[in-house]
Amino acid sequence: MGIRLEKPWIDLNEAAVRNLPGQLGVYQLAEPNGTIFYIGYAGGRTLFGLRSELERWLKDRSGNPARFRYEINMQYISRHQELLMLHVADFGALPLANNDVDPQKLGRLHPG
Amino acid sequence: MDLRMSDEQNLIIDQIRRFVREEIVPLEAHLDPDASELPQEDHARLVAMVKAMGFYGLDIPAEFGGPGIDLVTRTLIAVEMSQHRAGLYAPCYGVFGAVGLAQLYEANEDQKQRYLAPMLRGEKRGFFGLTEPSGGSDPARAIQTTAVRDGKDWVINGSKTFISNADKADFGIIFARTDASKGRGGITCFIVDTDMPGFYVRRIIHTLRSGHCPVEMQFENLRVPHENVLGEVNKGFAIANDRLSRQRIPYAAGCIGVAVKAQEMAIEYSKIRHTFGAPLATRQAVQWMIVDNEIDIRTSLWLTLAAAEKAERGEPFRTEAAMAKLVASEASGRVVDRAMQIHGGNGVAKDLPLERWFREIRIRRVGEGPSEIQRLIMARDLIGGSYH
Repeated sequence: MGIRLEKPWIDLNEAAVRNLPGQLGVYQLAEPNGTIFYIGYAGGRTLFGLRSELERWLKDRSGNPARFRYEINMQYISRHQELLMLHVADFGALPLANNDVDPQKLGRLHPG
Repeated sequence: MDLRMSDEQNLIIDQIRRFVREEIVPLEAHLDPDASELPQEDHARLVAMVKAMGFYGLDIPAEFGGPGIDLVTRTLIAVEMSQHRAGLYAPCYGVFGAVGLAQLYEANEDQKQRYLAPMLRGEKRGFFGLTEPSGGSDPARAIQTTAVRDGKDWVINGSKTFISNADKADFGIIFARTDASKGRGGITCFIVDTDMPGFYVRRIIHTLRSGHCPVEMQFENLRVPHENVLGEVNKGFAIANDRLSRQRIPYAAGCIGVAVKAQEMAIEYSKIRHTFGAPLATRQAVQWMIVDNEIDIRTSLWLTLAAAEKAERGEPFRTEAAMAKLVASEASGRVVDRAMQIHGGNGVAKDLPLERWFREIRIRRVGEGPSEIQRLIMARDLIGGSYH
């Protein structure tokens, strides 16, 4: 199993979000030029899982999110950590909007 | 033989119980149900409280600044500390101090200065690397990672898997084969720095514990100076083995704490939940589940305390520790399962901690040596030694 999130990108709009499942999982948000600017997860406290999370971003357009992709995953915390660590391994830093993550607490990954 | 707790033990247990109920449990209402960490400000506040209570660094020996609590009392404390949602694997979210690497207490003075002292001060974090893709239950044969002497260094090649905290640690202790012809007598323990060239964390292994990230590591010509050998060359197996036996007692105690809390919830719920005009508690089927829970809890508790007491006396306790671990991990799984059944649909929802305990308690039958290995250890001692 590959460790990178390789789901198709979806345009962030009301129709797309309305059709999202209410399950838990992880997601990535990208700017129009494709740069990933946030990696998040829909955890056990969200009302409608991934749909609630993406609805939040639909209302709060900060960072100019244009597209998203998601993965239904009950191991959402460890998967979220993994995606953040992969991003740091690939780009040397956390996504711009992930100021909710303490880089000192994030593990190191050398995916090879 | 006195089976009563002393006055001092009663006071300590009461204090820990109140701490868990008044400080830890309320915070969990705001955390993700799978969270294993507290926000930094809460963590710092609670660590200060624990230090003021005199319990910080519970597992640090008194000569290194720990509170010097005996193993029986430590076991009773562990039962209390796990009585919250994250309690099985993150008892009180670590605010009583990290467990650390007990093997470093046996290190030489130079190693103590470089690794033990900063670890106890909270400046460095370590990991324990034993299990390999070829297996973890039989390290004497399964270890395929090799270390070859080259001048003043050892060159290590191989991999480890299911290792906790290696991605975040500053250093760790790993076991490698230094003499292929000697089986368990050919294994050496090394202290490695995680920033050494050739140390790689390849992937996270996702398990039933969502909030935890065990990893797979690879060593490619990892060059470790000879002064980082922990103990003696070819005598690393004893270091691994000693840790495994000792660790089984608090491991069992953690299982019991979760079972106690699940039982408390089951009893409460059975009194308030009505079906067909009467509380569940009046149904014989439910009563028997609650009684079976209590039998499982008390059997586990006495076996675990007996193991702790024998270890505290300095007598051989391998069989007792294996029995405690086996019984507590399996019995607590049954207790959580019955408590879930009594709760019906609510039991499987993330609103209650039962579903998390149900997932995590299953790991306890595998971690720290699976049930089958515990039986093997006991069989060896019972048949191979003198009975009584």
